[in-house]
Amino acid sequence: MSERKHDKHASTAGQPRGLGSKNPKQGEEMIGAQAVVASLEAEGVDLVFGYPGGQAIKIYDALYDSKQLHHVLSRHEQGAVHEADGYARATGNVGVVIVTSGPGATNTVTGIATAYMDSVPLVVITGQVPRGVIGTDSFQESDIVGITMPVVKHSFLLQSTDELTSTFREAFHIAASGRPGPVLIDIPSDILSEKMVFNYPDKVNLPSYRPTYRGNAKQIRAAVQRIQRAERPVLYVGGGVISSGAADELVELANALQLPVVTTLMGKGAFPASNPLNIGPVGMHGSKYANLAMTESDLIIACGARFSDRVTGKLSEFAPHADVIHIDIDPAEIGKIRKVQIPIVGDLRGVLAGINEAVSKAGAKPITAPWLAQIAEWRRRFPFYHSDLVEDPGRIVPETVMQKLSRKLDPKHSIVVTEVGQHQMWAAQFIDREKPRTFISSGGLGTMGFGFPAAIGAAFGCPDDQVVCVAGDGSFQMNSQEMATAAINGVPVKVLILDNRALGMVHQWQKLFYNERYSFTELSANPDFCKLADAYSWKSRRITAPEEVDAALDEMLACEGPFLLDVAIPDDQNVFPMVAPGAAMSDVLGAIDVAVGAVRTDVPGQPAPAPEPEKSPCAKIDAQFGGRWESDPEDKGPREGEQPEDADVEGESR
Amino acid sequence: MKHILSVLVENKPGVLSRVTGMVSRRGFNIDSLSVGPTEDPTMSRITIIVKADELAYEQLTKQLNKLVSVFKITDLTDTSAIERELVLFKVNAAPDRRNEIIEIANVFRAKIVDVGRSSLTIEATGDESKLKGMEDLFRAYGIKEITRTGKIAMSRASKES
Repeated sequence: MSERKHDKHASTAGQPRGLGSKNPKQGEEMIGAQAVVASLEAEGVDLVFGYPGGQAIKIYDALYDSKQLHHVLSRHEQGAVHEADGYARATGNVGVVIVTSGPGATNTVTGIATAYMDSVPLVVITGQVPRGVIGTDSFQESDIVGITMPVVKHSFLLQSTDELTSTFREAFHIAASGRPGPVLIDIPSDILSEKMVFNYPDKVNLPSYRPTYRGNAKQIRAAVQRIQRAERPVLYVGGGVISSGAADELVELANALQLPVVTTLMGKGAFPASNPLNIGPVGMHGSKYANLAMTESDLIIACGARFSDRVTGKLSEFAPHADVIHIDIDPAEIGKIRKVQIPIVGDLRGVLAGINEAVSKAGAKPITAPWLAQIAEWRRRFPFYHSDLVEDPGRIVPETVMQKLSRKLDPKHSIVVTEVGQHQMWAAQFIDREKPRTFISSGGLGTMGFGFPAAIGAAFGCPDDQVVCVAGDGSFQMNSQEMATAAINGVPVKVLILDNRALGMVHQWQKLFYNERYSFTELSANPDFCKLADAYSWKSRRITAPEEVDAALDEMLACEGPFLLDVAIPDDQNVFPMVAPGAAMSDVLGAIDVAVGAVRTDVPGQPAPAPEPEKSPCAKIDAQFGGRWESDPEDKGPREGEQPEDADVEGESR
Repeated sequence: MKHILSVLVENKPGVLSRVTGMVSRRGFNIDSLSVGPTEDPTMSRITIIVKADELAYEQLTKQLNKLVSVFKITDLTDTSAIERELVLFKVNAAPDRRNEIIEIANVFRAKIVDVGRSSLTIEATGDESKLKGMEDLFRAYGIKEITRTGKIAMSRASKES
């Protein structure tokens, strides 16, 4: 095994990108605020997102002199965090945010929670009222460390200048190493004006924090043996592959043993769409063939994925025949949802490299040809989309807009960022991605309002890439004020709104499961998005007819500055296929079945039967899904039976 | 089943809140909790008693281990750990019944720490069964108030390597 390679990877994780202790300001006397800026410089940070205020004013004063740090002024603190998040996802660097105390700090909460759920490395610096008045309800005071405790990887309330530099070093180390996540540093403003000598450390002293990087060699051997004899294996790929930089190792493994690959929303891009082994998205709105493959598989190799309820559906019927090899750097994910036969705690890149080496040493040959043939047959029979599908003429079909966009984008030099809702699912289904960090979406928290600012952040991080935000009319309005941020900084971000004048996803659920009682999901009073774009000096276009799509996409992509394309689509479009919440993954609604013709099958009955007057639709749907509407606490999955044979995993207990 | 967790943490503000927050956030109810400094002033020890099945318990300890403030978790459930709790009972005691109550307290090697006109306050330490036994006996006289410290636990010397 290439132990050296793993160690190398492990030892660099969380280290400063910058000069660390060799920074030119080392040993200088300065005030706390200057030390904050100098610390960021020592970490190699060149871009921060933020919004000033009373308790952060000293940091902003120090920032004024920095030649290294470029500060992007957002129009809302939530926007700043999502921008830093998009930057971090697109580049792999730690995103940095500076905001003030009180409302400035509380406005970051949704952004922090979004980053936490999707394991994105952020350092969020919040101003705080002076130490002497903490706890007195002073002006713009909020206990942001307390408020964010459940959604940060770690947080610090700075107590003195003595610990300022070590706190920054630790914060960056914790954010970027192990399973990445957001770290918050709350700084009382009196510390910012205290004199101190700037001494930036290179090392961290965190005896209680030692992520396990190297996978247990015995477990890796066991995994290789199991994979070699799997007849119907599936590589189930999540965001962990992207954050550990293991995409090449994954391709090597899949190709060597001809293992089909399904990706989660977070894992999109981790495996090239052009590779025939990629069978695309899995889960609630995944393809029927991917979901069938998972259901029929005899071995799931979970790589940096966490068996989210959006992927598994009804747990007790999820992949009932499969053994599970679960590789994750976070031991708490292993066995959390699904019983695991071979757990491997470690960094995916090293573990997959180890598996590849053992596979090639053993001279293992692929035995999956019949299985791949079966999947190919499902794929032919249940395609995502069929050009003969009967659609109303004269109306723009969102699926085809996404297909066209996908074809027009250079897969190696473009980043697609989505908001949350129907458009997000269409983008995930139809936009092909070839490499990691080119598809950015709020997967875990499902934050509407994330996508547009995240696209701005991604564009700052990757100025040579075309960045397109696929948005819905609802989501876009949650942070549309960031149009100013893009305009002022000349960020050439493109926003494509699939505009159905509705909160489409909830509308779809109401249509399918709530007897078309469209309770507060119609957005009839939307603004004229083109006028809004004009107000921020953006270029824009609105289209309403299918024949306009190609030219409008070309115009958008060719535009040098920011561009908004408002695509009018009907509000009765559904995202299909769909696994109803709480249903088994094999129980797919609305998949196309070419055996019957280019038609969607198993669409819930239309027109819907008249509801019984005394019974609410909620009760009805509860009856239909056995009361398991969102998630059922009793639905624990196949857990009975023996424990994993070999559960001695490094890092599982300390 | 019942688990006794001895959690060694950083002695810093907010750490108790991180630990208890994590326990409640993951859906566990804390039966008993006690916190105090250790032989090392930079560390504190939190003793938590929770009820959980094996899988849930495994998940809880993994999640606690992920907290940067947590150094070490020791499960004292299956070991013959020394468990102690201190309880103060304020028992109704008319002058003519005081002696009976004092006798009961003596049997349990408890101490009388305060005497009032109509009540006695008794300090007792011990394991769960002993304290439960005292409580049952005192009920006959009427208990005005009970305060308990929460359990603390320590492994026995024979279990240490």
